[in-house]
Amino acid sequence: MSAPKSETRNAAALNVEGVRFHYGAKPALQDVAFTIPVGTFTVLLGPNGAGKTTLFSLIARLYHATHGTIAVAGHDLRRAPLSALTEMGIVFQQPTLDLDLSVLQNLRYHAALRGMGKKDALERIDAELRRFDMFERKHEKVRTLNGGHRRRVEIARALLHRPRLLLLDEPTIGLDVPTRKAIVDHVHNLCKTDGIAVLWATHLIDEIAPSDRLVLLDAGRVRAKGAIADILQMAGTATIGEAFTKLTAKESAA
Amino acid sequence: MTAMHCLRAFQGILTREALRFLQQRERFLAALVRPLIWLLVFAAGFRAALGIAIIPPYETYIPYEVYIVPGLLGMIQLFNGMQSSLSMVYDREMGSMRTLLVSPLPRWYLLACKLTAGTFVSILQAYAFLAVAFFFGVEAPLLGYATVLPALVLSGLMLGALGLLLSSAIRQLENFAGIMNFVIFPMFFLSSALYPLWKMRESSPWLYEICRFNPFTHAVETIRFALYGDFNPWAVAITLGSFALFLSLAVLGYDPARGMMRRKGGA
Repeated sequence: MSAPKSETRNAAALNVEGVRFHYGAKPALQDVAFTIPVGTFTVLLGPNGAGKTTLFSLIARLYHATHGTIAVAGHDLRRAPLSALTEMGIVFQQPTLDLDLSVLQNLRYHAALRGMGKKDALERIDAELRRFDMFERKHEKVRTLNGGHRRRVEIARALLHRPRLLLLDEPTIGLDVPTRKAIVDHVHNLCKTDGIAVLWATHLIDEIAPSDRLVLLDAGRVRAKGAIADILQMAGTATIGEAFTKLTAKESAA
Repeated sequence: MTAMHCLRAFQGILTREALRFLQQRERFLAALVRPLIWLLVFAAGFRAALGIAIIPPYETYIPYEVYIVPGLLGMIQLFNGMQSSLSMVYDREMGSMRTLLVSPLPRWYLLACKLTAGTFVSILQAYAFLAVAFFFGVEAPLLGYATVLPALVLSGLMLGALGLLLSSAIRQLENFAGIMNFVIFPMFFLSSALYPLWKMRESSPWLYEICRFNPFTHAVETIRFALYGDFNPWAVAITLGSFALFLSLAVLGYDPARGMMRRKGGA
């Protein structure tokens, strides 16, 4: 990895500005704007259908926004898409592993797509698998793993190329409570130990830690954003759950 | 992005396709059995009904089972192209296509790698079929087994690009059955794969014209001539042109700024 340019070193991990998107005539996102500082854990909270997955698809450059700009670590997604994608690790909502290939084969495929050499790839794969407690299962076929283990492999995979921004779209969907908690804790630790910025989309309020930052998305609009404490103060409520109800209700009544 | 990165990504994609192919033995068997049924069963029946006149590249009267070998090679590649298309639509719904598309390489390059890997698999299938046909006494000139390779590369790329294009245009997996009815069967039957075109003209000038415009006809003729160490420039040119057209449209279809990926339900 070459040293980042000074202009990008100070840039936010993710900067979204004035993003709009339509599916045909139906607006899915309207003037979405927020910033994720380096090394922070940001929760993108919103009910189903709020536009979280659409926003993820735009940040991952599966397709372009109708309006607005998205920059990852200072790289504009339209002008420098390859630099921007290099800085990103992505865990999609649907599982994306090849079920009939082994954990190692899946991870090596990803490392190749990221242009990693064999030695570097194998070292990184071992390191990430150990960190996620999956090293012993390296040669097992993904089909034989349970849902929680598959998720861990996907997160390990997203980290192989040392991204500065990790995107996770409802990564705990379909997992039981202890597994969910383990994965939530694990990713929180990543922010602390590796200084990775995380954008974690969810509709589950109990996945939020008090130190997180929050972007509250509802019906394609950002209703609130910032540190949890500030949002509670602004909403005048004691819990995020109440704040969520209050902030989303106010808008739909207006 | 460097040349090394491109090369590694290509190796990765090729390895994945090869591993997946090896893992799916049924798919390989089906790819082999399908043309063999044509060769051993249909050809036996048609043989009596159809006389084959001496037409280039053949220099003598040939039995029907010799005539249909190039058509069956084309069929293998046609099915393989559609199978890749199906798996891409499936991958897009399930998500693993996304893993590919978010790699930091130009999207056209990623699609080209995918296409090349699929073509490689189709060529393995084609040679396996040629070997079995040889075993059953349906032989081509020995040198033909080498000269047919570039033809198989070209036809495999063309049919693979068609599959890529269709995968960018199909919204959901459920629509895939339609592809069988409206693409594979007409393409196969309305071509020179099963009967020479002059035979077709005798029965219907209209059908003859349709066959002449079918890119699959030209893929089959490219293979047929190459298998006999011959070269059909017209067929090669049309196959090449169709390949360029299908690939360009497919790249447009996967462009982040337009095309399929944008619509709800896609990607």
